[in-house]
Amino acid sequence: MATKVLNYIPKESFIHGLSGTTKLIIFLTFSVLCGLSFDTRVLLFLLLLSFIGFSLSNIRLSEIRLMSTFLIIFLVMNFILLFLFNPEYGPELYGSRTVLFHLFGRYDVTMEQMFYQFNVSLKYVIGFPIAILFISTTNPSEFASSLSQIGVPYRISYSVSLALRYIPDIQQDYHEIAQSQEARGVALGKDVKFFERLKNSAKILLPLVLTSLNRIDDISNSMQLRSFGKHKKRTWFTKKKMTAADYSVIAFCIILFVVGMIITNQGGNNLYNPFVR
Amino acid sequence: MKNDSVKKVVATGIGAALFFVLARFVAIPSGIPNTNITFQYAIQAVFAVLYGPVVGCLSGFIGHVLCDMSWGGVWWSWAFATAVYGLVVGLFAKKINVKDGYFAKKEISTFVLANLLANAVAWLLIAPVGDIVIYKEDAKLVFTQGLVAGLGDFLFAVVLGGLLLFGYSKTVAKTGSLDKE
Repeated sequence: MATKVLNYIPKESFIHGLSGTTKLIIFLTFSVLCGLSFDTRVLLFLLLLSFIGFSLSNIRLSEIRLMSTFLIIFLVMNFILLFLFNPEYGPELYGSRTVLFHLFGRYDVTMEQMFYQFNVSLKYVIGFPIAILFISTTNPSEFASSLSQIGVPYRISYSVSLALRYIPDIQQDYHEIAQSQEARGVALGKDVKFFERLKNSAKILLPLVLTSLNRIDDISNSMQLRSFGKHKKRTWFTKKKMTAADYSVIAFCIILFVVGMIITNQGGNNLYNPFVR
Repeated sequence: MKNDSVKKVVATGIGAALFFVLARFVAIPSGIPNTNITFQYAIQAVFAVLYGPVVGCLSGFIGHVLCDMSWGGVWWSWAFATAVYGLVVGLFAKKINVKDGYFAKKEISTFVLANLLANAVAWLLIAPVGDIVIYKEDAKLVFTQGLVAGLGDFLFAVVLGGLLLFGYSKTVAKTGSLDKE
């Protein structure tokens, strides 16, 4: 069981120096734009920007090797799956069909299908450096204050902060419960029958749920003793002051979003279609 | 502010942390290739029943988004589906009286019904439609994926969630369980 996942890597860099709020805005702009747009030009530009951002952060590739490996495996599997499931989807989407070569049975490799799958893969790749950038350069406790600053109610922001705080503890709980149940003969391995395995899982989950419920009581009691929720607003210890760099990056994000959306919707839908003239 | 609402804030956070840990680290092979027994939806269902629709919805959504981020990319359409799943199960919370120590025939059938409805809405409506609108995926592919995911989650949430709620109900003293002598 890996120990650290949402891995904050403290360093000195331009990206680290930005306030968490700015980084959250960057993350959301990229996510939304990349989600809404299927325009190859916009996507390629976003990809370029996300690599520039990544190189500005001083994060070394060796620090994220595990995640990159998973991404590549996922991309390859998804590419194959998309093709096997429906090789004619691209031509249908773009309204033309240019066969490159015939594979077997109903499988023709067409330009349109390859272009469609290229776009889909592009969407995954763009999200990756940005998400990594966000989690590895933002202090988890600053995350909650950033959420509340962009307008998320502070109770919800506080829930997020609690979640981040208690993930390692609950991981530890799970580990301990699973080991002590295993010591008592509750097995989950491959040689156990399916329904037996399901029943045994419940034997691990129930203590986990019960300890978590106790934990909820403890935390909410102590929060109440400290008058949590008395006022309509609250302040955050970890809030960073916005600087000129923050404001210019936010302005850039807004322009990027507007221009990106205009280019995307030029042709009446969000596709960039090089096949029809 | 009443104790109840502080408790909901905490339950959302802890529920999200549980969802994250179970979704991220715990994979028990189900025996069918490439399919794991998923625990997170069972836990989300339990939290939705115990704390209501808002906690069910937000704990799942936060847990899902954090988990996706730890892999390096958020799949929004499925994150929203998770949120809706918790919301729908939570809407039945008042009818499932497990906090008073009851989880018998009536509660179990309500729980199964709630899960059936919630999974259908989440995985046959929200997730595939989101995939088509946001990611322009092939309709046939996403509905197949939604059907597989929905069936699996339904099975695990009902069986595991049911066992958990049953176990929980045994730890609570039933209302009116004292007799006058």
